[in-house]
Amino acid sequence: MFTKIRTWGPALALISPTILLLGIFVYGLIAQNVQISMTNQHTSLPRADFVGLDNYFRLFGDADFQHSLRNLLLLTVVFLAGTLIFGFLWAWILERPDFGEGFFRSVYLFPMAVSFIASGVVWRWLLSSLQTDQPGGERTTGLNRLLESIGLGFLQNSWWSDPNWGVAAIAVPAIWQLSGYVMALFLAGFRGIPDELREAARIDGCSEWKLYRHVIFPQLNPVMLSAVIIIGHMSLKLFDLIRAIVPDANTYDIQVPATMMWVKYIGSDYADSAAIGTIMLILVALVVVPYLVYTSRQEKR
Amino acid sequence: MRRVSLLASVAAAGLLLSACGGGSSVEEANPTEATGSVGVFTWWADGSEKVGLDALVDIFDEQYPDLTFDNLAVAGGAGSQAKSVLAANLKSGNPPDSFQAHAGAELQDYINADQLEDLSSFYEEAQLNEAFPQDLLDRLTVDGKIYSVPSNIHRANVVWANVEVLEEAGLDPNNPPADLDAWFADMDKIKESGTTPLAVAGTWTQVQLFENILLATLGPEGYSGLWDGTTDWKSPEVTEAIENYKKALSYTNSDRDTLSDWGPATQLVEDGAAAYNVMGDWAEAKFAQDGLKPGTDYVYFPTPGTDGVFDFLADSFTLPKGAPNPAGSKAWLTTISSVEGQQAFNAAKGSIPARTDVPSDEFGEYQKSAIEDFSSDTIVSSLAHGAAVPVAWLNELSTAVSKFGGPQDVAALQESAASIAEKFAQ
Repeated sequence: MFTKIRTWGPALALISPTILLLGIFVYGLIAQNVQISMTNQHTSLPRADFVGLDNYFRLFGDADFQHSLRNLLLLTVVFLAGTLIFGFLWAWILERPDFGEGFFRSVYLFPMAVSFIASGVVWRWLLSSLQTDQPGGERTTGLNRLLESIGLGFLQNSWWSDPNWGVAAIAVPAIWQLSGYVMALFLAGFRGIPDELREAARIDGCSEWKLYRHVIFPQLNPVMLSAVIIIGHMSLKLFDLIRAIVPDANTYDIQVPATMMWVKYIGSDYADSAAIGTIMLILVALVVVPYLVYTSRQEKR
Repeated sequence: MRRVSLLASVAAAGLLLSACGGGSSVEEANPTEATGSVGVFTWWADGSEKVGLDALVDIFDEQYPDLTFDNLAVAGGAGSQAKSVLAANLKSGNPPDSFQAHAGAELQDYINADQLEDLSSFYEEAQLNEAFPQDLLDRLTVDGKIYSVPSNIHRANVVWANVEVLEEAGLDPNNPPADLDAWFADMDKIKESGTTPLAVAGTWTQVQLFENILLATLGPEGYSGLWDGTTDWKSPEVTEAIENYKKALSYTNSDRDTLSDWGPATQLVEDGAAAYNVMGDWAEAKFAQDGLKPGTDYVYFPTPGTDGVFDFLADSFTLPKGAPNPAGSKAWLTTISSVEGQQAFNAAKGSIPARTDVPSDEFGEYQKSAIEDFSSDTIVSSLAHGAAVPVAWLNELSTAVSKFGGPQDVAALQESAASIAEKFAQ
């Protein structure tokens, strides 16, 4: 008995503060959040009658919330596709030796060092919706002006000021900022493949394309999965970039659950705000938990 | 260990005692005998607002040398940052001695949560019922009680216009249009001359434009009725108002959503890139700051169709329940409601005093005209600035107005505005 305590006792003592803090400040607060989301505390009145899942049913039936979920899906798809395509392409190019890797790697990685709030302020100006052929078009700035001046004026558009597809424009700065990170992940993946494999394939008469297609790419699948999980959960929680680009919190076009949660909170609708928070937590868990299960199984093997 | 718990219980007992002492004596708390410090919570952290607050504190120190002013200002987000900090402090039972809030419906949340003291007796002692116009008192009164003291008044139904642009389009800047239809006709002429007629920015400025059009179409009574339930949101008059709003939007700059705040929209008028901007009278401070002259560079007039109506919003101060120094709070409220306090603060901030007996000599040209209008006009509460409806109602209506900007579906906006009003009506 005593020897048993001697083995796991110190370990437990070491992690117990963490368990305690996590228990209170993460899981305890999640529990309280869920509890608030099941009450009718829709105003600052101190009122908390249990209403079960009513708030959730009402939210899912609400056209504005459905719009925000649709926006979130669109944002995530564009954000994921963009970062994966660019990240992969850059890594593939840099993976060849003698391509100024050190320089370009830094260039692509630097945007990640900028905070979303700081880059958002710049992108707010770049994504200005005014177009040169509209009234007052001489004031056009940002990307629309740039497109016009290089003869691609027909590509001008209103960016995020569009209720249907506007949110995809928010993905542009996000892709700019995180493609470098995905590139670094893929680059590490490329580096993890031993040279012997390439040599073996070449000796077997494999062409360069076939070498990549059948030997290298399949081994990048785990990297790809990590990238999807990391970018995906960032996209689901994206808030600061949107708030920095879009000046007004009540703007309908780009409403996603995270911004809607904030609007509800500011309006003292604590129950709805907590319910949206819980829905976001579940969405992120749906992405992250299977991944954690998968990796822990891999490690056990 | 024992000692610690003993100390703790003594401290707790002390807290209890002081809490009880504070609670029972709020009515009798006498500002002239107040000592100690007064913690005042505002979002006046920079710009002309900070200058105004400093001027106010100077007066306060003069009137109450025994009290020290403790500035609890929280910067950022036009008050939204401060409001969330304040909500947390109030919830944890740690209120300041006084806090800033927009007068009117925005206070409703605090009143419902039983966080404010009734100031009716303070109004009688300080003789404020005679100093403030009756219309304003009516807007501040909730169930026969008054919970806040206004420090300054702003007007939300003012059009600012560029003289040069108007003259180029063949319009007389000194002869503003009498109603919405005349205004729209003028804007057609400006459009023909090749300039954007009306500048507007992101969602809240669109809501303010919407509010002005509602007021112009429905008149002051019909407009106020929207918030207390006496005007039907589904009525044909409201349909007409929304049609008018749709028409007004057709004259605006297409990049309205991407302008970061009211400033860039007003700037368009300053630069001659747009003719008109409907904005609160804080725009006057911007015009003055940028060195433009009223009459020669720009003109201002009440939004066409709202002449004789003063669409007001006001900052006000409160006495929270459980304030640590209620006598000090009353001293602060006395200063901000005094003639000297209102004069010093408003001259610096660019707003106008809530009292009607403040001499207007020290104010600018615009302020003088606004002071005159305020004492004679019908006063209604601004929607976009939290005077007419609580924040949650305003938020939902703002989203509906923002949604309208895309497809411009009149029926949909009317439908959702009606259902929002139904949801929040009591």
